[in-house]
Amino acid sequence: MSAVEELASQAPAVQAVPKRAMTLSSGTAFVVVLLLLIVPLFAKNFVIFQLTQLLYYGLAVLALNILTGGSGQFSLGQSAFYAIGAYTSAILMEQYDVNYALTLPIAGIICFAAGFLFGQPALRLSGVYLALATFALATAMPQLLKLGFFEKWTGGVQGQVVTKPDAPFGLPMSQDMWLYYFTLAVTIAIYIFSVNLLRSRSGRAFMAIRDNEIAASAMGINVSLYKTLAFGVSAGITGVAGGLGAIAVQFVAPDSFTITLAIQLFLGMVVGGVGWLPGSFIGAAFIIFVPNIAESISKGLSGAVFGVLLFLVIFLVPHGARQVAMVGQQLLERARKR
Amino acid sequence: MNLSPILRIAAFATAVIALTSGGALAQKKYDAGASDSEIKIGNIMPYSGAASAFGVIGKTEEAYFKKINAEGGINGRKISFISYDDAYSPPKAVEQIHKLVEDDEVLLVFNPLGTPSNSAIQKYLNAKEIPQLFVASGASKWNAPSSFPWTMGWQPSYQGEGRIYAKYLLKEKPDAKIGVLFQNDDFGKDYLKGLKDALGEKADAMIVAEESYETSEPSVDTHIVKLKASGADVFFSVTTPKFAAQAIKKLAEIDWHPMHLLVSISASVGSVIQPAGYENSQGILSAAYDKDAADPQWNNDPGMKKFTEFLQQYYPDGNKLDSSTIYGYGAAQTLVKVLQMCGDDLTRANVMKQAASLRDFQPDTLLPGIRINTTADDFAPIQQLRMMRFKGQNWELFGDIMSGEMER
Repeated sequence: MSAVEELASQAPAVQAVPKRAMTLSSGTAFVVVLLLLIVPLFAKNFVIFQLTQLLYYGLAVLALNILTGGSGQFSLGQSAFYAIGAYTSAILMEQYDVNYALTLPIAGIICFAAGFLFGQPALRLSGVYLALATFALATAMPQLLKLGFFEKWTGGVQGQVVTKPDAPFGLPMSQDMWLYYFTLAVTIAIYIFSVNLLRSRSGRAFMAIRDNEIAASAMGINVSLYKTLAFGVSAGITGVAGGLGAIAVQFVAPDSFTITLAIQLFLGMVVGGVGWLPGSFIGAAFIIFVPNIAESISKGLSGAVFGVLLFLVIFLVPHGARQVAMVGQQLLERARKR
Repeated sequence: MNLSPILRIAAFATAVIALTSGGALAQKKYDAGASDSEIKIGNIMPYSGAASAFGVIGKTEEAYFKKINAEGGINGRKISFISYDDAYSPPKAVEQIHKLVEDDEVLLVFNPLGTPSNSAIQKYLNAKEIPQLFVASGASKWNAPSSFPWTMGWQPSYQGEGRIYAKYLLKEKPDAKIGVLFQNDDFGKDYLKGLKDALGEKADAMIVAEESYETSEPSVDTHIVKLKASGADVFFSVTTPKFAAQAIKKLAEIDWHPMHLLVSISASVGSVIQPAGYENSQGILSAAYDKDAADPQWNNDPGMKKFTEFLQQYYPDGNKLDSSTIYGYGAAQTLVKVLQMCGDDLTRANVMKQAASLRDFQPDTLLPGIRINTTADDFAPIQQLRMMRFKGQNWELFGDIMSGEMER
């Protein structure tokens, strides 16, 4: 029995999550969206900027969540797709004068193609081997972006500065606020798409593959097609997130998309709860805010403080924010019964 | 006089405005981040991540401002130095800059480190009209007052240093056959550009071989063998410390003894020469603009004595042999000078105006004769360097102070 087969027959690393448990109830969702709409009106510019960050990092984590939580495949290479998306948006905006909103679908399509193609060879691998292959992609990407051959477009190591868009139709809003609402609209659209995708026939196929690949193929699911499709969709969403990130940060450079970013996204997914889509945004909040908290505790030891906090989270709530949410829900129900 | 009440109020208001604004000219003027008691200064540094060794610069600066505050501050105002970690990541730098500007409301951003991080924040700070003062990077693009009037560098640019080596070669060895080893990034390419610019038409004839390496390569040995084979008699090493030491060792190993030019950022005795071996390093040429604390000739230098005392009292953990402490001290001293020149007019516009009016200023840690000069269309504070040769266990300075400026 080869090592790969051994892995396949073992209990899956990703817990099977019923699709109902993957989303929020409509009431909670309504409250969250309302909060996201109102809060920026009363917040400082800096908070708006951080919320924008939260949204596009959340999207990138969501994409990984579809791949890992949905179809059970690991990836440490999301930073590569994020980089492709960011560069696509930046280059189209700055060198070809394409409207920023139009660059996002293009970034998504290019990344979908990249992800789909990468999914082909990745089919032969699973579990940790697949994680390692995607890891290679993430380490290679910053260097590919520095290549002299692409320098005409990428700006090489110097990177590329991106102009921030103004609010359209003369709306009385700051650039940051407009960008926030724009990002929010894109995020909600992609979130709804993702929820529907996972509830659709394709989503069921993803989950069947995740739970038991052999049984899924016996049921007539085209395993290779759906596995690569999951890779493609995940990469496509990551690309859109990357494009949004480039517009918000106003700058792309190879050093922005190192392996650290891929690990952060992976971390965000685990902390948010694998397979729980709303958790992606909680995970994103963790990777954005906790390093800042760690820094405010100790500047010299910020890395160590972050490590301790992360350890505590994983130790106390191994299933991340999903576990917290479920415990909270149970408590509520118990309170109601009394 | 029968003025209507509205007119009377208007006349009174005008009088009040005229009086108060007339008075304010002679009085104190502030932008956000400055007040009677405080000046808020923002900074970003890679305290974590790949470039965390440079975090020492931020810590030295913090200690230096502590010293200034202990001595009474600047014109009675205390400096509050807010420094955040960007882990050498441009998106993180952008986030921290937003925080400094919009949340902490600093008067200016001082000495943020790294070419990528500074490129990422330059446009934002210039749009907001907030000084990005004394950028800690040797890229030449910080000297562009017409397009980025709120950004100013500090140290000599890599291109400027490259030009100095070219001038030296044109004078001392006009028939040189140069082999260049350079790091394949903005740092390496800037040096190469400076060298080529100053060699001018002779560049193509003089540079016989160019080899570039990636920071991810484990060693540069193969490149050096190729350069030797090209028949070069001058070896120009545009390398970061680890690779500089490898190159020195390899040269000795293959018994190749060209004229060896080493860029200043790798001229550290502690991190390059010592590991590569003193005997292998004899005769290497480099250039410097600040004093080397390891060099005994500065033992009785008043400036270096002040520096050592400062370290003992305010930053006892700081290593005086680490070139980052010397760097941070000099940069912080330059900022304090600018703020003193601002007097009671602590507006952002005046900070830039004063920063662009430095005349022959000499921080304690710069080599004698090297002075900081800026004008409204020259945003490059330090442009001079002096050549030096490695002898025994120290660098020996020689020749005149050279300017890296382009000859116009």
